[in-house]
Amino acid sequence: MGEQQRHSGAEVASFLLEREAEIIDSWRRLPFFDSGDGDQAQVERDCGAVVRALAEAVRTGDEDDPAAAPFNSLRGLFMELAGRRTRFGDSASEVAVEAGRLKGPVVRLWKSAGGHRGVEQTALLVDALGTLRVAVMEIAVSTSAELIQQQQEQLLELSTPVISLWRGILAVPLIGTLDSARSQIAMESLLQAIVDQRAEVAILDITGVSMVDTMVAQHLLKTVMAARMMGAECIISGIRPQIAQTMVQLGIDLEEVTTRAGLADALAFALTKIGYQVTAPTGAIGR
Amino acid sequence: MSRVLAADTMPIRSEGDIVGVRQLVRQHGAAAELSLVEQTKLVTAASELARNTLLHGGGGKVEVESVEEDRRRTIRLSFIDSGPGIEDVELALTDGYTTAGGLGLGLGGTRRLAGEFEIDSVPGEGTTVTVRFHTRVRG
Ligand SMILES: Nc1ncnc2c1ncn2[C@@H]1O[C@H](COP(=O)(O)OP(=O)(O)OP(=O)(O)O)[C@@H](O)[C@H]1O
Ligand SMILES: [Mg+2]
Repeated sequence: MGEQQRHSGAEVASFLLEREAEIIDSWRRLPFFDSGDGDQAQVERDCGAVVRALAEAVRTGDEDDPAAAPFNSLRGLFMELAGRRTRFGDSASEVAVEAGRLKGPVVRLWKSAGGHRGVEQTALLVDALGTLRVAVMEIAVSTSAELIQQQQEQLLELSTPVISLWRGILAVPLIGTLDSARSQIAMESLLQAIVDQRAEVAILDITGVSMVDTMVAQHLLKTVMAARMMGAECIISGIRPQIAQTMVQLGIDLEEVTTRAGLADALAFALTKIGYQVTAPTGAIGR
Repeated sequence: MSRVLAADTMPIRSEGDIVGVRQLVRQHGAAAELSLVEQTKLVTAASELARNTLLHGGGGKVEVESVEEDRRRTIRLSFIDSGPGIEDVELALTDGYTTAGGLGLGLGGTRRLAGEFEIDSVPGEGTTVTVRFHTRVRG
């Protein structure tokens, strides 16, 4: 950084620090700083932190680098503000637009403040405010990506509920495509439920599963083995004809595993297993 | 005389792409009016080979083509990668053989599921696995 630029940087930095109160006043009502709790003192502290970080950035010649220390010191604040907005459904670019609104009032104040305002100084100030916007954008993008990830995980958990059918009997109805992540979650929540409820029988119902390839089969087999190690017998029910045929051709061996055509048959088997007698009422026709 | 009804190419770079491959192949199967059993075999084979492309081949692509010839419809799937290749194809096709802690049934099983099956693999250069499913056009 040349002598001249260092000098300009210092000039802009002292402008920002001297006018901090006015800048805060022009920012405090911007939606960007709205943390949702109406705490005005907090908003002012947040605005002040941003002003001081900007001043530091122009002073140290970091006005172009969103990863530099001055902008980095605002990460926590931006994550809170941007995170709140993305949680409420704003996109990262909407958040960035709001961060962009911080620029106008500061530049106006700079120009109106009289005295000689050099082109170089103005450029420094505008650069620093632009970089601020980039830093916010980056954080907003990463918080929305995290949010999507979180929602996907929640959805996964929702889509593999463990149902208690009877004291000691659990069922997991598996639905749709069983990829690695879903199989993993289904297996973990089932094993946990076996422990929590001291289940003796667990039913994996795959009526809703569209396809069983070797990977899905391996997950199912592992689940059955793990359940067995925890003292519960595992039944796989709902293997539809087309899936059964395909599994046989693939060479998947379910000989070691108890299977039943439907969930009802599996439940009847499970009840018998824990000592109940399942009989049709007299006079009942069929099942 | 043969007629290409549809031809698609899709990259296989992630788990998500495997889901996409299954959907694409399912569409070809439905357009060919495959029976439910045939469709399930087709989609399962596609899933198997797509996962091999991703897992063992380090990613690649699939070509899916539906062709009609006389009154026969053929769906061809070619899974192409430029990964490590397979040293011993016969060994890889053996049920239970796996280098990745799988069941080792993917290749052998797919060969049983498909009407036609071929592997073209050069160690150090890559692997192409092609399967064909045939069906009679009704009506
Ligand atoms: N595209 C490929 N590139 C390199 N090696 C491959 C490829 N496809 C298969 N292989 C090799 O052949 C072996 C057998 O493949 P196969 O699909 O039968 O079993 P797997 O993938 O290991 O387990 P799974 O039963 O889950 O499919 C693999 O473990 C791997 O070493
Ligand atoms: Mg495989």
